[in-house]
Amino acid sequence: MTISDSRKARVSHMFTRMLIYFVLSVGALIAVAPFGWMILTSLKSYREVATRVVLPATLRFSNYVAAWNAAPFARYFANSLIVSICTVAGVLATSILSAYAFSWLNFRGKDLVFTIFLATMMIPGQILLIPNFLTITRLGWVDTYMAQTIPWIASVFNIFLLRQFFSTIPKDLYDAAVLDGCGHFRYLTQIILPLCKAALITVGLNTFLGSWNALQWPLIVTRSESMRPIQVGLTYFLTESGTDTQEMMAAATVTILPIVIIYFFAQKQFMEGISTTGLKG
Amino acid sequence: MPEIAVPRARKSLRGLFVGQRGRRLKENLLAYLYISPATVILLAFHLLPVLYAFYISLHKWKIVKGSFLGLANYSKALHDPAFWSSLKVTVFYVVGTVPLTLAISLLLAYLLFQKVRGLSSYRTIFFLPYITSTVASSAVWVWIFNPRHGPLNQILEAIGVAPQKWMLEPRGIFQILGEALGLNVPSWAAGPSQALVAIMVFVVWFYVGWDIVIFLAGLGNIPGELYDAAKIDGAGRWALFRHITLPLLSPTIFFLTLMSMIGSFRAFSHIYVMSRAAGGQLGGPLRTTTTTAILMFDHFYSRVRFGYASAIAFVLFIIILLFTVLQQRFGRGRVFYQ
Repeated sequence: MTISDSRKARVSHMFTRMLIYFVLSVGALIAVAPFGWMILTSLKSYREVATRVVLPATLRFSNYVAAWNAAPFARYFANSLIVSICTVAGVLATSILSAYAFSWLNFRGKDLVFTIFLATMMIPGQILLIPNFLTITRLGWVDTYMAQTIPWIASVFNIFLLRQFFSTIPKDLYDAAVLDGCGHFRYLTQIILPLCKAALITVGLNTFLGSWNALQWPLIVTRSESMRPIQVGLTYFLTESGTDTQEMMAAATVTILPIVIIYFFAQKQFMEGISTTGLKG
Repeated sequence: MPEIAVPRARKSLRGLFVGQRGRRLKENLLAYLYISPATVILLAFHLLPVLYAFYISLHKWKIVKGSFLGLANYSKALHDPAFWSSLKVTVFYVVGTVPLTLAISLLLAYLLFQKVRGLSSYRTIFFLPYITSTVASSAVWVWIFNPRHGPLNQILEAIGVAPQKWMLEPRGIFQILGEALGLNVPSWAAGPSQALVAIMVFVVWFYVGWDIVIFLAGLGNIPGELYDAAKIDGAGRWALFRHITLPLLSPTIFFLTLMSMIGSFRAFSHIYVMSRAAGGQLGGPLRTTTTTAILMFDHFYSRVRFGYASAIAFVLFIIILLFTVLQQRFGRGRVFYQ
């Protein structure tokens, strides 16, 4: 290889690297630009929105106050927080117990129950909508927190995720602990759970995200304004005629903010859950 | 052998749990206790409702149960032009979003995998749309597409393209392109409405990050020695991608295709918000964004036809099942597992 050849190779390599960074940066720009535009618009005046001025002359934080007062957003947030936290607690409790039974206990019909659990993952949510709505109506739960949480406090996906983690724990500790009268519950709470903290956080975060962002089900089972979670409240706010753009964008920003903050602190756990999903396929 | 053997000299209930057999019985009971909360919820809200939905679909059911109709709701669906139109919209939606999202995310993931500096920052940014609430981000895109005030038309006008109606435009995208080029596109080839295309753009933007994260996990599983060996044999960049990355990534691609397709069939929130916030009518304009899932919801929620809506939901369910089975069949011969 001559010197000029190697120089050519180096130039071509540099060119490729630049191209890679260019494409990635364009992608990143497209991913964040809508949020930038959302925040910019939320700070404009009505006139600036109408005349399509790109940068607002003064930053009008008053739009946030106006949006906040236009609908009971504080109540919406409180509702979402209550529903999401209860759902996370419920999912963790039911999934931990089931995952333990499936990974550490032997029982009759284990394979059958396992298959039935698996089958529920194939059922699309659409088909459950009407029968579940009728069930909730019959139970008298319409417009309650119960309706928004109870149907979602068991998740087959999370049971399998935890089961996967539980079964990686070496068996040596088990015989010593369980046979010496430590008991299964103590073994679960004092040995397994501390070892699976990361998995539990992943389950908790994904459940929280799903619950916080849910729209269809809460749309159906809430009636009064005071029971609406934030996504339903925001939807009504957006589809009401006469709401100004800058206030809509202010409301959207406020809705997105809590999740983005959690995301920046715990992005590793967010992605862990997702990549585990992918690997199973 | 009886399931629970009664000990011959049973003095108290405690005796039941003594010895090898006793311990096994205790373990069984404990296991049932542990799985019972999840089982109750899953049976009540995720499994038995399927049977209930079928039962509902066999009746005239407007909030309360009416007369038994047999399969009339199903034959009604098959003769309903709105149902067929919704299937067409769904097919447009799937074909327009799934391959494009996969291609873009595979490209970005592959580039990220080339030992790029700042990998985690890029990944964080790409993933950002996915974690935001669909309602809020749909609202942002509705205003991006806003014909009068939105930035997209502003950009188009700046580069000399006529402003478009986007979410308010029921005409097909190929028809619009044809008119711009002076061609006469027949109505069967009009394609998805511009409103549906706007929704598809949102969908691709929203889901690319999710696919990237899964692709990155898949890429990380490909052993590095394979690349080294191929490089020694003089394989170029494209050859490496074509003959190593792509085949070894096929399980991931397969998984993502299946998940995205199932997800597309049940897509709801963003279509609901985008069509309502832009034009007011759910699944509008002129029903050109009414997918089967939206049609089902419309019959259920707006027109309280529970029986008919359940029949539509059931047909959708069967279509999804068929697709899953077909893909498993199709995938078996082609997907390359290590």
